[in-house]
Amino acid sequence: MTAAPRIGVLALQGGVREHLDVLRGLGADAAPVRRAQELRGLDGLVIPGGESSVVDKLSRHFGLADPLRAAIAGGLPVYGTCAGLILLADRLEDAAPGQRSFGGLDATVRRNAFGGQRDSFETDLVMPAVSEQPVRAVFIRAPVVLAVGADVEVLGALPDGEIVAVRQGRLLGTSFHPEVTADHRMHAYFLRELVGWRHEGDAHAPGAGR
Amino acid sequence: MSEAVTGTSRVQRGLAEMLKGGVIMDVVTAEQARIAEDAGAVAVMALERVPADIRAQGGVARMSDPDLIDAIIATVSIPVMAKARIGHLVEAQVLQSLGVDYIDESEVLSPADYVNHIDKRGFEVPFVCGATNLGEALRRITEGAAMIRSKGEAGTGDVSEAVKHIRTIRSQINALASMSKDELYVAAKELQAPYELVAEVAETGALPVVLFTAGGVATPADAALMMQLGADGVFVGSGIFKSGAPARRAAALVKAPAVFDDPAVIAEASRGLGEAMVGINVADLPAPHRLAERGW
Repeated sequence: MTAAPRIGVLALQGGVREHLDVLRGLGADAAPVRRAQELRGLDGLVIPGGESSVVDKLSRHFGLADPLRAAIAGGLPVYGTCAGLILLADRLEDAAPGQRSFGGLDATVRRNAFGGQRDSFETDLVMPAVSEQPVRAVFIRAPVVLAVGADVEVLGALPDGEIVAVRQGRLLGTSFHPEVTADHRMHAYFLRELVGWRHEGDAHAPGAGR
Repeated sequence: MSEAVTGTSRVQRGLAEMLKGGVIMDVVTAEQARIAEDAGAVAVMALERVPADIRAQGGVARMSDPDLIDAIIATVSIPVMAKARIGHLVEAQVLQSLGVDYIDESEVLSPADYVNHIDKRGFEVPFVCGATNLGEALRRITEGAAMIRSKGEAGTGDVSEAVKHIRTIRSQINALASMSKDELYVAAKELQAPYELVAEVAETGALPVVLFTAGGVATPADAALMMQLGADGVFVGSGIFKSGAPARRAAALVKAPAVFDDPAVIAEASRGLGEAMVGINVADLPAPHRLAERGW
């Protein structure tokens, strides 16, 4: 794929604009998704940070939850940040009453794992699969991944071993918010490795040609 | 690997970014907080009396009892905000120690200091502050506010002041964005805000923090109106638990910001909500009883 990929950002609630800005800055054709028909023709989808229990409720009310599950099952590349990671997980801990997820990612994710806003933080995170240099990671009332299935690759963990970045095939999830920093390597990784987008002239770059 | 740092501007402003498109609901009991979370509130605001009751009962309105705040934090999994009086730095310190997620330095409570607002930069927990115009918003941001809400006139159920304030802030931002560089010095003087911040707003055409709206929002159409006028989300105070069917109204309100440009969906959300809060016309309120005039 060399034409600009069409990437949706689930826009029911949360940090939508930041993701649209980052994706457009990287050359993608990015658009908000609020209705089921807007899922059609996408090359990828980002589920942004927000309040996961609210996005869950709104997605069910507006008839997006089942089409989204079908799209994930059909192989649509999806990147979930924070609440997005929660919504991708097959199993939740400390969910709100009645909260569901879209699922697809064979992982157990704990909501608000670090505590309240007082415990929100930022740090450098080493993720060799994404970049040689550490990524600046901002955690806001963030979840962590407690357990992963055999097919899930751990991309990043905190010094105490808590898993905060995972990939399973075409699904990518991070506990942190790269969209609130000027560091766009996570989005570039998503577009390159999961969506399979190659800029023209990129053909001889390492890792190209998949 | 560098150490983890808490309370940075990015972490503080970031939580407000994650609340965008959401409804933040005033609650006075843990039971109301549960109803709000079940309905789809993006956060709750813990306080002792909703603005309509503060208005009706009069007297000095203060920070809530810590027991109430603890109970609400223990009940819900969504962010919990709480109000401190304008300039009351110790109430803010107490709220931070209780572990609230956001502090609202609010004109709805009785001001503790008629000159100074809290120096919010010394806190790890982020602050939201009210504003009626751009200068006021920029002064609060200078003091460290990580989120702004237009004030409206709390406890009235009358949305006209909220409309006036969000329109004023938006049009003042637009005016800045169209000015030439040499005009920004006088603009900063007139806005009574630091030049650097004024120049940043002129450059980006937006506040550097999230802008919610508050004060008088009572229906899904009110909430959608605020979003169409450029708000990032809404606070609903008395409008829910002073109405006939709080759970139904709350669940209807949260749908409006997501589809604020779709009248058919707003119509659907507006059906069968029972009685809205009775309300007071702001025009009938004598000036000394207008909360929006508190703060400077």
